[in-house]
Amino acid sequence: MDAAPITMSGLEHTFGEGEAGKQVLFGIDLQVERGSLTVLMGPSGSGKTTLLTLMGCLRDVQSGSVRLLGTELNGADEETQIALRRRLGFVFQAHNLHDSLTARQNVLMGLQVHGRGAPEHHRRSVSHLLETLGLGKRMDYLPANLSGGQKQRVAIARALVSNPEVVFADEPTAALDKASGHAAVTLLKDLGRFRGTTTVMVTHDPRILELADKIVTLEDGAIVRNEAPARAGLAR
Amino acid sequence: MTTILTKLLGRLPIGFLQLTHNPGRLMAALAGVAFANVLVFVQLGLAGSMLESVATPYKLFRPDLLMISASGAETLSDASKIPRQWMIRALAHPDVTGGTAIHLGQAKWLSGQQTSSSIQFIALSPEDEGFVRPDLSEPMASLALEDTALVDLRTRFIDMRIFESVSPEAPLTFEMQNRQLQAIGSVSIGGGFGGDGVFLVSDQTFFRLFPQRSSAAPNHILLELRAGANGERVAAELAQLFPDDSVRVRPLAAALAEEQRYQMTERPTGLIFAFGVGIGLIVGIVIAYQVLATDVADHIREYATFKAMGYRMRFFVGVILEEALILAAIGFWPGLLFSQLFYVTLAHLTNIPISMTTERALAVFVGTVVACSLSGLMAIRKLRAADPADLF
Repeated sequence: MDAAPITMSGLEHTFGEGEAGKQVLFGIDLQVERGSLTVLMGPSGSGKTTLLTLMGCLRDVQSGSVRLLGTELNGADEETQIALRRRLGFVFQAHNLHDSLTARQNVLMGLQVHGRGAPEHHRRSVSHLLETLGLGKRMDYLPANLSGGQKQRVAIARALVSNPEVVFADEPTAALDKASGHAAVTLLKDLGRFRGTTTVMVTHDPRILELADKIVTLEDGAIVRNEAPARAGLAR
Repeated sequence: MTTILTKLLGRLPIGFLQLTHNPGRLMAALAGVAFANVLVFVQLGLAGSMLESVATPYKLFRPDLLMISASGAETLSDASKIPRQWMIRALAHPDVTGGTAIHLGQAKWLSGQQTSSSIQFIALSPEDEGFVRPDLSEPMASLALEDTALVDLRTRFIDMRIFESVSPEAPLTFEMQNRQLQAIGSVSIGGGFGGDGVFLVSDQTFFRLFPQRSSAAPNHILLELRAGANGERVAAELAQLFPDDSVRVRPLAAALAEEQRYQMTERPTGLIFAFGVGIGLIVGIVIAYQVLATDVADHIREYATFKAMGYRMRFFVGVILEEALILAAIGFWPGLLFSQLFYVTLAHLTNIPISMTTERALAVFVGTVVACSLSGLMAIRKLRAADPADLF
């Protein structure tokens, strides 16, 4: 495996074709270190979400290079992309929990995709993670009976339960109170420290910025700053 | 249930959980599938009833006989007349041991309550009682008495209970075709789509009831074969004896099969039933598709999330088919129940031979599973809209 799980060079992306096309990324060069917490910042429309989807194999790379976990994504076929996605974790701004599945079952879906492991082992892993995220008493609740913050924590648990090598998150703490948000990000930091899990996150939450290892700022589809929080003027 | 399905599928039964999560929608879906089932059962039941009623007159005779008919005789009852002399000629064949002429006629029977029934008369010589099935041989022989008949206890629109105990010693007189007939026995045949009941009479009684008919021109000729003779071969050899193709010779079973095929494929009634079955299937497919496609649309972001997590298309196909099969498996039973009630009611009201058969129930169940699965496969196309890139 590459030392850096994500490297990009000369990455460009355009939505639409011909005269109607709109280029949203210009010559992106970026390297994300293993086990790090990297925050993508920038104003709305700066291209940070597009960049996140390209890194996460959710969109085809048109031009330039993206190497994810040692695999070049430019020209990667669907099977390669699916295999890679199974090594990733995603936390979306909307929780996207299945309304007919309990919290435990929603998290279990993060394990079942691998089709391996004994059910009892799965059950223990899910319970442990939900308890860690403060949902020990809500495991058998349907999403409709959970608060917004609780739903988001279930979504975070679903993303982390299979021990992904890289986690991509879009405003994961937006729906969380201060303590829950801090607990979630601390969990991600701990995963980076002890398991080498890499996290790339889009956020404007200042509580997270100060925990980041690197802050990448985009404007008009280009990286304008790529620096550690201390240099960005944030205390660690 | 979730635990059992989890073990059975090797994964969470998402389809089952999705369906049961919204009981209102599930009930509507099941009602729709059941309704489609009832439509199909009704059409198949009526078609089956028609085939059964077509077969009933044939079953009055021994099944190993050959039948000579006019070439245009698509049905037993609508056959044009043929010369009796063909029977004499057929008897010359070494494998033919006997023959009898069959005369058919239709008449109205007016009851005292201003209702009438259309009666199909089947006539043959009482001396040829060996041509009818064994349980009818003795009553048939007693028809040698003048103006006697074996009446159908299941005749529609007329209360036949007073005929239940008639016998040659205790006959009951009734009037038809301006003649007095004596019921000296009974059969239990029932009405079909061509008539309300079947009466058996001797050929002589028949000619008195239908004076315009001649003994020289029966509707069919039945031939008895030597034991061990090959009916198909004898039929082919007899066909060579006749000068033109205006006559044909067939085993009785082949004649029945031909009439059933004719009724189902060339008569409007059969086509209407087939059309009805098709409509039922289409209704079932549309209802199941509507439910499944709506379910996919309602969960499009969740499915997109699963795609982002690395679930393959076969997982989604499995979930949708799981839902389709659950709809089919559960929706079938109320459909079967209501159809059974419909059959019982219809049989009671019309006296047509309509009843649920295991084969039909199984066929409809398989059809329901196939139809729901087709709907599921069509609904899967909606999953293309689930783009994980749109989730961020």
